[in-house]
Amino acid sequence: MKRFIGFLKKEFYHIFRDKRSMLILFGMPIVQLLLFGFVITNDLKDVKMAVLDHSKDEYTSEIINKISSSGYFKLVENLDGINQVDAAFRKGEIKVVLVFESEFGKNLVKGSKASVQILTDASEPNMASLEVNYLQGILQNYNIEINRGKTIPNQIIPQTRMYFNPDMESVYMFVPGIMATILMLVSAMMTSISIAREKEMGTMEILLVSPLLPWQIILGKVTPYLILSFINALVIVGMGYFVFGVPVLGSFALLMAESVLFILLALSLGIFISTVSDSQQVAMMLSMFALMLPTILLSGFIFPLRNMPLPLQAISHIIPPRWFIVIIKNIMLKGTGFEFVWKETLILIGMTAGFIGLSVKKFKIRLE
Amino acid sequence: MNTNKKVISVRNLFKKFGSFTANKNLSFDVYQGEIFGFLGANGAGKTTAMKILCGLSYPTSGEIMVAGLDVYKQREELKRNIGYMSQKFSLYEDLTVFENIRFYAGIYGMSSKEIKSKSDDLLQKLDLVHAKNKRIGELPLGWKQKLAFSVAIFHNPEIVFLDEPTGGVDPVTRRQFWDLIYEASRNGITVFVTTHYMDEAEYCNRVSIMVDGRIEALDTPEGLKNQFKAKDMDEVFLRLARKSNYQE
Repeated sequence: MKRFIGFLKKEFYHIFRDKRSMLILFGMPIVQLLLFGFVITNDLKDVKMAVLDHSKDEYTSEIINKISSSGYFKLVENLDGINQVDAAFRKGEIKVVLVFESEFGKNLVKGSKASVQILTDASEPNMASLEVNYLQGILQNYNIEINRGKTIPNQIIPQTRMYFNPDMESVYMFVPGIMATILMLVSAMMTSISIAREKEMGTMEILLVSPLLPWQIILGKVTPYLILSFINALVIVGMGYFVFGVPVLGSFALLMAESVLFILLALSLGIFISTVSDSQQVAMMLSMFALMLPTILLSGFIFPLRNMPLPLQAISHIIPPRWFIVIIKNIMLKGTGFEFVWKETLILIGMTAGFIGLSVKKFKIRLE
Repeated sequence: MNTNKKVISVRNLFKKFGSFTANKNLSFDVYQGEIFGFLGANGAGKTTAMKILCGLSYPTSGEIMVAGLDVYKQREELKRNIGYMSQKFSLYEDLTVFENIRFYAGIYGMSSKEIKSKSDDLLQKLDLVHAKNKRIGELPLGWKQKLAFSVAIFHNPEIVFLDEPTGGVDPVTRRQFWDLIYEASRNGITVFVTTHYMDEAEYCNRVSIMVDGRIEALDTPEGLKNQFKAKDMDEVFLRLARKSNYQE
């Protein structure tokens, strides 16, 4: 029995003296709970809305007021014509447009029914459903209110239209997210592991002594993953299109070009991680926790960003996949051109340059 | 050994890492065809000095010439003219014998024809013809070492640097390994080797012993044994190492 206790004690020493184990045992549960608790919220808050009011009477004003003061929606723009709706959605800020027919009030009172159109950006189908439901709820309540004491009820008839995803396919949501995740995985994680492996095995030294120049070594390490990732991107888009019907409304060339940019970013991240990892294990764990987890949770892939508390939203700004997903969704589902994604593209370019610069610096220091 | 031609010439080499000086005022020469043993306890500064000679890191100060080339200004050329075998070996476990040879020989600029014919000769000599397409991971340790050495000198460098090449191998295999070193030396390749094994020190033409970053002794094994009135290199080493201030 004493032998066993002795052995048990040793095991505890191992655990408590290993920083990584401690992090996983105590840090992980807390972080996970906090993250998931805040990330998975299905409540609407301040959804940015635009209104196209052809009637502009007391009824429409009241309805708009009710919606704006509900806390769920926030009126940010008043449109002048139906042709502005497309552009409004493409810009990305506005998620819902309310369209009142001309003479809404008159039709409601005289003809006892009037219709209002609810247009939503359904590239996030789950959110779109929620928004429609909430709006319909508010409209219904208003409807009941104005009908108090009336024998003939006046009906407000909402008509919904889902932009960019008419059939509300959730797969539309997944394809961009999966692209980001897979490209991160193959490019960043695999590259970092590959370089860390050379370091661990001791063969990196041999390469450094050889006539191979450092940039040749890095380029050689990175190029296979560049090619494979590109093929992966093609496969994902292809499968999305042929198997699931996810469209590529915009320029295919632009889509692929942006994918290559993201691949380069992921590769430079992989290189950077390898410069701070001594072994394959460390490289893999760093890639997992610093890249994969944030990609899945905080990039807007599965859980919409606009519901998260502000600190998390702020953090999401430094997570590269977040920008990439916006770009892909825009090109594939909304068919936008470069004019609408140049900002995000610039951010990706900046991040890539930053990480490459950092990696070069670290590499040079190590050589001394 | 051709005492007329120096292949390595070091004068006043200093290497500092922050406030710690790993190499203090090293000065020595190595001649063509010589088997030069670079000895010292752990932490004495051997590996640091060797890395500088290989072009892996820069010295803090000092004049260093390797294979007729300046270590500061002619690094790229230097790398083409030397060979290197590390402690952890150099061959990729999941590549075959031939693939490893072809990879390294290719980096050092040999043509495919040259590589093919020379590797056939090498495998014959080492009695490894049957292993040509076997993965390195499948070979026993001794064969791996002999192969690693042969690959390191495959491109016929002027000097080959060996960093503790015979770790963990039985005495018979070590003996065979040293036969290969002798042969390289006979063919004019200078061998710069660091080792812990004092009996291997006896195999060298000349030996230097580092203590605390300085060279405390440099001579032939016979000369050292006479100087320190010791019966073997073990004793020589113990006498010198005891002077060390470095507590592990």
